[in-house]
Amino acid sequence: MQIYLPIADLPVNVFLVLGMGLAVGYISGMFGIGGGFLMTPLLIFIGISPAVAVATVSSHIAASSFTGAISYWRRRALDIALAMMLLSAGIVGTATGVWLFTELRALDQLDLMIGLSYVTLLTIVGGMMIYESVQAVLRTRRGGPGTLRRPGSHTWIHGLPFKLRFKRSKIYVSAIPVWAIGFLIGFVGAIMGIGGGFLLVPMLIYFLRVPTATVIGTSMVLTLITMASATVMHAATNHLVDAVLALILMVGGVIGAQFGARTGQKMRGERLRLLLGLLVFAVGLRFAYELVVRPEDLYSLRYVGSG
Amino acid sequence: MRRLATALALLLIACSAGPAVAERLVVSLSNHRVAVTSNFVGEELVLFGTIEPDPAGQLRPPYDLVVTVTGPQQTMRTRRKQRMLGIWVNVDSREFVSVPSYLAVLSNRPVAEIADQETLRKLQIGLNYFLLPQRIGPDLADTVTDDPFRRAFVRLQRQQGLYRESSTAVTFLTPTVFRSAIAMPAAVPTGTYAIEVELFSQGKLVARTNSALEVIKAGFEQYVADAARDYGLLYGMATALMALLIGWFASVVFRRD
Repeated sequence: MQIYLPIADLPVNVFLVLGMGLAVGYISGMFGIGGGFLMTPLLIFIGISPAVAVATVSSHIAASSFTGAISYWRRRALDIALAMMLLSAGIVGTATGVWLFTELRALDQLDLMIGLSYVTLLTIVGGMMIYESVQAVLRTRRGGPGTLRRPGSHTWIHGLPFKLRFKRSKIYVSAIPVWAIGFLIGFVGAIMGIGGGFLLVPMLIYFLRVPTATVIGTSMVLTLITMASATVMHAATNHLVDAVLALILMVGGVIGAQFGARTGQKMRGERLRLLLGLLVFAVGLRFAYELVVRPEDLYSLRYVGSG
Repeated sequence: MRRLATALALLLIACSAGPAVAERLVVSLSNHRVAVTSNFVGEELVLFGTIEPDPAGQLRPPYDLVVTVTGPQQTMRTRRKQRMLGIWVNVDSREFVSVPSYLAVLSNRPVAEIADQETLRKLQIGLNYFLLPQRIGPDLADTVTDDPFRRAFVRLQRQQGLYRESSTAVTFLTPTVFRSAIAMPAAVPTGTYAIEVELFSQGKLVARTNSALEVIKAGFEQYVADAARDYGLLYGMATALMALLIGWFASVVFRRD
């Protein structure tokens, strides 16, 4: 069944888009990430222009992270104070990212920059996650504790000043790394058109030692607020949000996320991190492949303007 | 400069076409308005026409007919990738300024057989001869037909179904009655389309006429597109609210406890 998208200006198969929403929703529910880094490339692949894809995906991520956030809220598994702290810096990061995005677009090298940042970020983060989780899995195999005990793993980050106590997460950390992470997520999200959940979750775990119990819920609250405001900003400035496409994606996404979340809760933390690491790494490799291998068509068209 | 060239070309055509007494073309389009609705997957329009004899009652068959349909103008950039430091990067690009977003050249036989190159170039008939101005430094100019960027541009537009040249789209039902099918792909841009109909006899242009059609978004599609353009902020807030509602609804429906 074909349906014509009013903003993207092309017909798509409803079931294909719904299926994509379900699949990405399942993965996002399972790992507690928005799934933008999967959905945006998928939409571009089926022929939707990158600008419309980025703008529309933000509303899809907002829907699935809201569902996720509600279910974590019911189980008291999120830290609102930490989320708000991250958010305050995240807004500054987003603004900086949007500014750089516009600058790069004027230079006609935005595609390359997006490709390169996907490759670098995804392969490094994915590689680190694989390494760490394989170590953890091996430790459990040998009969030791899966995760090292948190009090014993203080780093230089814990020596920084302006310490704050986040009761729900049971952590006592400096505000500096919290702000730095928030800024980075906002910045990267604006440049790459992603929510940044797959970056935020490992950073909160590794740098701030936020316990696994609250980390996903907290990340979802942050993603929800940034993506909902990104939707409004994209719609108000570029008029690129396709509500029809968004609706189909959302319906698939929220259903998929429910089932994903159930699978995710049954799995062991380190196994889950290993899977996510492999996924992130694979997407990174996919982008690297595109950059390195000779493209089928060396020429491409870009719409500049009407008239 | 372009205007002068066009004027000269028109003058030459007027001379070559002989006296003002010539055949007349009467055409009619099956539909002047293409409505893009939510189940739009492209449409085929039909152009019908007859050749009326000149005042002296003269007809000079056999005739050849070329229908050129041009969509609203737009500016496109064609980019070429090249390997740099091991990765493929867009290094070179050309901007095609004010070129038609849709261009169909429909005829009853290959345009190259209808008239000589010079005539085709003057009248801009056929994808090879249609003027596609590129920005070259501060100037605008069309390059030679086999310029790699021009070729790539036409090829990519043809792949989208937006540019096409068909030597079978025009059929003569009788020596003076013809029909032409105009195919509109699903990704057709909205706006006003110009239709130019040119009649040839023995390689000479003998008559021409024009028509137009409009591609518009209709119904729900138009409503959404208008809202997005005119009330961006409100539209964005509505979309965000829709996201929250669907998210909340799902959590209620799937609640286990």
